[in-house]
Amino acid sequence: MNKSTSWFNITSLVVGFAFLYVPILILVVYSFNASKLVTVWGGFSTQWYVELVHDQAIIDAAWVTIRVGIISASFATVLGTMAALVLDRYRKFHGRALFSGMVYAPLVMPEVITGLSLLLLFVAIGFDRGFWAVVIAHTTLTMCFVAVVVQSRLVTLDRSLEEAALDLGCPPVKTFFLITLPLILPGVVAGWMLAFTLSLDDLVIASFNTGPGATTLPIKIYSMVRLGVTPEINAISTILISVIAVGVIAASVLSHRSQVEKEKAERAVFLTN
Amino acid sequence: MIEAVGPIKRKFAPWDDPTLKPFIRFENVTKRFGDFTAVDNLTLDIYEREFFALLGPSGCGKTTLMRMLAGFEQPTEGRILLDGKDLSGIPPYKRPVNMMFQSYALFPHMTVEGNIAFGLRQEGMDTSNINTRVAEMLELVKLEKFAKRKPHQLSGGQRQRVALARSLAKRPKVLLLDEPLGALDKKLREETQFELMDIQMELGMTFLIVTHDQEEAMTVSDRIAVMNHGIIAQIGTASEIYEQPASRYVADFVGDINLIDGAVTAVGDRIVTLHCAGVDATISAEAGPGEVAVGAEAGFAIRPEKVQISLEAPPAGTPNVLSGEVWDIGYLGDISVYRVRLAGGSIVKATVANLTRIVERPITWEDKVYLTWPADAGVILLK
Repeated sequence: MNKSTSWFNITSLVVGFAFLYVPILILVVYSFNASKLVTVWGGFSTQWYVELVHDQAIIDAAWVTIRVGIISASFATVLGTMAALVLDRYRKFHGRALFSGMVYAPLVMPEVITGLSLLLLFVAIGFDRGFWAVVIAHTTLTMCFVAVVVQSRLVTLDRSLEEAALDLGCPPVKTFFLITLPLILPGVVAGWMLAFTLSLDDLVIASFNTGPGATTLPIKIYSMVRLGVTPEINAISTILISVIAVGVIAASVLSHRSQVEKEKAERAVFLTN
Repeated sequence: MIEAVGPIKRKFAPWDDPTLKPFIRFENVTKRFGDFTAVDNLTLDIYEREFFALLGPSGCGKTTLMRMLAGFEQPTEGRILLDGKDLSGIPPYKRPVNMMFQSYALFPHMTVEGNIAFGLRQEGMDTSNINTRVAEMLELVKLEKFAKRKPHQLSGGQRQRVALARSLAKRPKVLLLDEPLGALDKKLREETQFELMDIQMELGMTFLIVTHDQEEAMTVSDRIAVMNHGIIAQIGTASEIYEQPASRYVADFVGDINLIDGAVTAVGDRIVTLHCAGVDATISAEAGPGEVAVGAEAGFAIRPEKVQISLEAPPAGTPNVLSGEVWDIGYLGDISVYRVRLAGGSIVKATVANLTRIVERPITWEDKVYLTWPADAGVILLK
C-alpha cells in the first residue's frame, strides 16, 4: 500500500476537521469583532471581553458555574472512584452485571431524562431547586465518567502490589491511601477534570434543576441568545471553550505522560544493560 | 597459605528428630474455589530453619498453599499452625511471615530505599533504626549504589534483589518465595539460587519456596514436597525424591526417567523380579514403597545416567540386559544422550558423561547395543 498521503486522505482530513472546527473558529474570530453586528467584520477589538468583565450578571453566572463544577466534580470523583474500585475488586458478586450496567447507563441516558427524573425526585422529597440541586444533578451525571476513567487505570494496576503492602503489615485502608491511590492518581485527576468540564458546559440538566440565584453560565448564555446573538456571547463562549480545551488536554496529558515516562525509563535501563 | 576448613556442616535433618516440634503445620487443610479443589486434605510439617520447597506443575495447589500461609486465602477446612499458634482469622498484615512475590510487586512510586523501609515503617520503628536496617539489607543484596533509584530504573535481576531485601527487612519468622527466580535468565538464576541459600543460612530463617523448576527446588532446599492435584505426592530430600521416587508421577516429574511396564514374577528379600512383555525381558530391581505381590502390575523406573551402554554383548547369564539399536544421539557437551530403540519399539534413554575430548565416539547411529545396569540402579513402582 502507498504510505504517502493520497488526495482522498487529505480531502477527508480537511473536510472532517472543517466540519468540526469551522463553527467554533468563526465564533472565536467574531468575539474579537469591533462591530456590534455579529455578521459584519468591523476590525479587531477586545472590547467585548472588557464589557464582559463589567457585566455583573455574567460574572455571577460564571462564579456559580465554577463552584458547581468544582463541588460536583469532587463528589463525582469520590463516588466514581469507589464504584470503579468495587467493579474492579469484586469480580464475582450477585448482580455485578446489573450494577456495572447501572453505573454506566447515565453515559448513554438522554440528558433530558436525567434532568427530568432528578427534577421529579427533588419535587417529591421537597428539596429546593437551586445551587445544591444542580450540584447533585451534575454529580449524578458525571460520576459514571469518572468510574470509566478510573476503572481503566485500575485494570493496569498489579493486584499483588496491594497484597505486598498488606503482607508488610499495612492495614487495608492505609494500603489504599499509600499504594492504590497514588498509583491510580493520574486516572482520578483525569476523571475529576472530565467531570469538571462536563459540569461546566451542561445546559439541559442544569436548567431542569436550577432555581433563583443559581443561574449557570450555559443557562445565562442560552437566555441571552434568545434576545439575539451579541459579540459578548461570542467572547464568553470563547473563554468557555478555552477553559474546557485546557481541561481536556491537561487530563489526557496527565494520563499519557506517566506512561511515556515509564516506557522511556524502561528503555534506558534496557539499553544500559 | 591454606586456611583451616570452616565448621563442618552438620547433618541438618530436624524432620528425623521425633522430639522436635514442627514450626509450620498444615493440618488437614482443604481449599476449594467453587467446584475446584485446589488443596485436598493436606497435612504437612515444616521445621525451623528449614529451606522447604513446594514443587509441582501449575494448578497443583502449591501457590494456594503458600497464599493460605500468608493469609491471602482462608482454608475451607483444616487449620494452619505457626510456632504452635493457630493462624485462622489473623489477617495478612498481622502475620509474622513475609512474601516475595513472583511479579516482585515493588511499589513503583517509591525508591529502592522506600520499598525496603515500607514494612519497617508499618511496624512503627524509629527513623534511625529504619535507616540502619535498610542499609544492612542493601548491603546483603549488594545494591548500596541503587538506594535512590525507582524500580523502573533497575534491571530484572536488581528488582529481584530489592524484592528479596524488602521481604527480609522485617526479619519475618518465615519467608515465602513465590517462583522467585522465574523471571531471570538461566545463568543469573543459578547464581541467585546459591545466594539465596547463603542468605538463608546467614539469617537462620525458615524459607518456603514455591517453584515448578525441579532443578531450582533440588538446588536450594533441604526438603521438597512434590505436589499434584492438591495433594502431596512425596516429601523428601532432593536425593530421596530423585533416587527413590514413590510413584510414577514423581519419577516422571523430577528429572528424566525410563519407565518400563511389567508384571511381578518373583519377590525376594529386597529385590523384585518383573517380566516385561513389551520389551520381552526379565528385570530385577529394588522395590519401592508398598507391598509387592507376585502377579501384580508394576513399573520399572531407571534414570538414564544409570544405564550402561555397550557395543559388546555382556557374558551370558548377566541379569538386566536389554538390546536394541541406536535411534538418536544428542550431544549436550557434558553428556551425550543415546536413545535406544528396543525390539518391541519402545525407546530407552542412556546418558554417558563425555569425560574425554575425543572427537570420534565409538557408538553411532544404527549400532546394535546392549543396555545393562546393576540390580540396585532402578526401582519398582507400584503406583
